[in-house]
Amino acid sequence: MTQPETQPATAGGQAPQPPEARARARPGISAERLAQLGPLIALIIVCAFFTTQSSRFLTGENFSLVFQQVMVIGTLAIGQTIIILTAGIDLSCGVVMAFGSIVMTKMAVNNGVPALIAVLLGILACVAFGVINGGFVTFLGLPPFIVTLGTYNIAFALTHIYSKDETISGLPTLMTKLGEGFSIGSTRVTYGSVVCLGLFVATWFALSQTAWGRHVYTLGDNAEAARLMGIPVRRKLLMVYVVAAAFYGIAALLLISRTNVGDPNAGQTENLEAITAVVLGGTSLFGGRGTVIGTLIGAIIIGVLRNGLVLMGVASIYQVLITGILVILAVSVDQLARRRAT
Amino acid sequence: MSATQDKKPILQARGLVKRYGHVTAIDGADFDLYHGEILAVIGDNGAGKSSLIKALAGAVIPDEGEILLDGEKVNFKSPIEARKAGIETVYQDLAVAPALDIATNLFLGREQRRAGPLGSVLRMLDKGGMKDQAAQHMRDLQIGIRSMSQAVETLSGGQRQGVAVARSAAWARKLVIMDEPTAALGVKESNQVLELIRRVRDNGLPVILISHNMPHVFEIADRIHIHRLGRRVAVVDPKDHSMHEVVGIMTGAVVHDIEHPDDEPNGAAPSAEQPAEERPGSEATGH
Repeated sequence: MTQPETQPATAGGQAPQPPEARARARPGISAERLAQLGPLIALIIVCAFFTTQSSRFLTGENFSLVFQQVMVIGTLAIGQTIIILTAGIDLSCGVVMAFGSIVMTKMAVNNGVPALIAVLLGILACVAFGVINGGFVTFLGLPPFIVTLGTYNIAFALTHIYSKDETISGLPTLMTKLGEGFSIGSTRVTYGSVVCLGLFVATWFALSQTAWGRHVYTLGDNAEAARLMGIPVRRKLLMVYVVAAAFYGIAALLLISRTNVGDPNAGQTENLEAITAVVLGGTSLFGGRGTVIGTLIGAIIIGVLRNGLVLMGVASIYQVLITGILVILAVSVDQLARRRAT
Repeated sequence: MSATQDKKPILQARGLVKRYGHVTAIDGADFDLYHGEILAVIGDNGAGKSSLIKALAGAVIPDEGEILLDGEKVNFKSPIEARKAGIETVYQDLAVAPALDIATNLFLGREQRRAGPLGSVLRMLDKGGMKDQAAQHMRDLQIGIRSMSQAVETLSGGQRQGVAVARSAAWARKLVIMDEPTAALGVKESNQVLELIRRVRDNGLPVILISHNMPHVFEIADRIHIHRLGRRVAVVDPKDHSMHEVVGIMTGAVVHDIEHPDDEPNGAAPSAEQPAEERPGSEATGH
């Protein structure tokens, strides 16, 4: 029915396409591919390198350890991903998690609240911060960077005030259950790792297969288009911050199950590592582009780097150095991809 | 014009008024759109045509007057309500999400879920079904883009316009409003979009076309609504009037207020655009 070749007047037809449009289409697609495949390629290269350096690296046991180490920043990074997809950022994620973990442990240990309820209260404390962050971003239109910088300090201070700077130990066993696990062959798998992976899969589904996910992308890509198409922009954006904060609450539980204590000084390195994982995973800081699977790969890259360098006997400060270089590299690739795409 | 006079208008406005403080943006404006036509709405900058169009599309709530859709009185409180009533708008900046694919953009805010528990419980999108429908809508308008999974940012300007027009045409039940659809396009792509607007009309949807481009207006409009000082001053048939005449009416160089022959615009219409009166035709005749 449509014969573009014989209908020069066809709007946007194949034949009358201007050459500049065709030239533009190509790098746009390849940049997108690069953004998707880049993190995976980086991970493979890093793994290949460490395999040649240490015989202990490429073992199921070691990878189980890597995953246990990244499940906390991985879960934080899920929340961070959906916020960054809306062109926002959350600088408070790690310390909000720390606050949540202190609420959980202190409620259970000092106030005798049943473990399950204490955990729920901790998650609620995190969600309250999500409401504050999201509320100021959506209803006052403040930049997420500034709002979350403020809540970073508030959560940090509250954590120390509430805990009186004391580490809380003697947790009920139910609270650290996720630190236990089962074995597949000689490889130990913790329940926490399974929960973290499950959250990644669930978020992948929500982002790629539901209208909610499409709208999250649209908020970051063209919020005005979302508004004009009848999407309740403010409500959706607020929900993104609230859902992200709920992930921080779950991360708090995973943190407790790993360390067996409530530590008021936790969350400070995880704070920026979560953002690093998102960026290494190819999600654009400008919003609208990225995947949560990329974030998982980004988190694993961070874990593998730390683990591999330790196995090689390299001082841990070099891990920070390499991570820093990788972040700048990842953001540069994103910037170049965007410039060509539009 | 006689052909349209015995028919009932699909969209009608009577005596619309919209004031912003001391400024009267719409000053007793009338409006008529008939079935099967492309009606161009033209007016000098500040004549109030965009306020009029916004009132018709639900983005502005008029202070006085009434709007009738298919003869029934409507009171749109938001663009969403106008859309629900069957009026779709193609915005000048297109309102598309560039990183998302064509099918997603066509169904933005109106996504369809899968049948069964996958859709009702897991809220899973029917991506395949939406892609098929999107492809069908694009074929209806003979827009030659093959893959609906292509990101909109990989398309040319004309193709993007095609996506925005196809979305409006797909969802509009009554009419489509197009705001400066050729403003950002080159000559070749403009012609393709004009052709596309004709197809929308020929497929059964009347079109309101807002444009500054007189050659384009004269090329495709069935009638031209000329807006000046907040109200409709004339509706002309492009076949009966020259571009020069129409621009003259629009700028006030030619006194041609068919609608209000007794009014002296300077005295009766206290409008913000009054200073323009002293230098008739100084701005827009250059088009």
